Amino acid sequence: MTGYLREIRPETITERRVTLTVNGEQRTVEIEPRVLLAHLLRAGLGLTGTHIGCDTTNCGACTVLVDGKPIKSCTMLAVQADGHQVTTVEGMASASELHPVQEGFRQEHGLQCGFCTPGMMLSAMALLERNPDPTEEEVRWALSGNLCRCTGYQNIVKAVLWAAAKLRS
Amino acid sequence: MYPARFRYEAPGSLDEALEVLAHHGDEAKVLAGGQSLIPMVKLRFAAPGVLVDINGLPALDYHREDADGSLAVGALCRHVDLEWSTLLAETQPTMAAAAPLIADPLVRNRGTLVGSVCHADPQGDWASVMLALNASIVAVSATGRRTIPMTEFVLGPFQTALRPDEIAVEARIPAASGARSGRYLKLERRVGDFATVGAAIALETSDGKVVRAGIGLTGVGPNNIKAVEAENVLVGGTLTQSEIAEAARLAAAAAEPRTDHRGTAAYKRQVVRAFVTRGLTPVLVKAA
Repeated sequence: MTGYLREIRPETITERRVTLTVNGEQRTVEIEPRVLLAHLLRAGLGLTGTHIGCDTTNCGACTVLVDGKPIKSCTMLAVQADGHQVTTVEGMASASELHPVQEGFRQEHGLQCGFCTPGMMLSAMALLERNPDPTEEEVRWALSGNLCRCTGYQNIVKAVLWAAAKLRS
Repeated sequence: MYPARFRYEAPGSLDEALEVLAHHGDEAKVLAGGQSLIPMVKLRFAAPGVLVDINGLPALDYHREDADGSLAVGALCRHVDLEWSTLLAETQPTMAAAAPLIADPLVRNRGTLVGSVCHADPQGDWASVMLALNASIVAVSATGRRTIPMTEFVLGPFQTALRPDEIAVEARIPAASGARSGRYLKLERRVGDFATVGAAIALETSDGKVVRAGIGLTGVGPNNIKAVEAENVLVGGTLTQSEIAEAARLAAAAAEPRTDHRGTAAYKRQVVRAFVTRGLTPVLVKAA
């Protein structure tokens, strides 16, 4: 890997203009290519609901939806979101109402410290879009990339099943 | 964590991407799903001067069966596309079994099969599956195109036969010469962890006989291992219990595990033996 460790000329570094849609709103930013999507959302756009947990592609706390699919925003460059739709936890509720998944987490006590919650809810939301009537096993499978250090998985799964029932009714 | 500074190129065509690579040489690195490369540059295990993002080349986003019955998987085909693929479910049992076991759902939404093979992490799952299925990697450069058999593609841990000016555009899995069966078995401490041990089993049977056998091992050596001697024991046979036992013994002998935090070398070798036995046994039951 010696070839990678080469000095690059400062004049070759350019900021890039990136236009993406975040929670339905078009945003344009100028950023260095090495900025990660999680950093752009939190520090650049002030959307601190996206949490950074392990920062090593393990925990899923930084989960956001890109074009409807949950991904780890600490493992995607912000420039790669150019032209794409990003949904964060701030985009879940409407002005007057919680999203059924959020309501489920409240009803079923699906959070303790709350750190993993935004990522859990976004993974759950993506699951229910694709599969409105999941089994408990399917919920656990869909959430298996999101870790909860409080180990409150029982109630998280119940919360998602609650939301599924609410969305179907 | 921020990666070291790099120049970002997002070519709009394969030709343009190859031109950029030819220009920058080994300073450049191709970015597809990024689920290994981005963690590497964040931890600064790698600091490429130029990242060539191929995500703007939708023509590489496919998996399809060609007229000759072979399967082609493009460089932008994500793990999730393979996990949900009806084509794989019907025609590629080993791949269909492996896809849902790659990393976790979030990584599967972005990571790619071809990228995983090119990363050449000995604990990567797909390389074992590709070895078991006798797959090849198609590499393209500004000067031409070549097909590299998997057995010659990975040269060592994180090292491949790809030249700096080449892009791996496709994985090719040859057509079956009999009825396919197979599994991928993976022992992991928790979802998303690397395999403690993984075993890819791929069989093709015709008239009750094994016409082709593939066994690939994950996490038990400096590279993914193709257990050739174990495969040879099975070919021409009828999957008797003694053949299975012998194949499992030979596969365990081919493994070169090391003791680490995931288990002792002896334990991992035993898991290889159990996995190969287990992976072949349902086929035996089905054939009986």
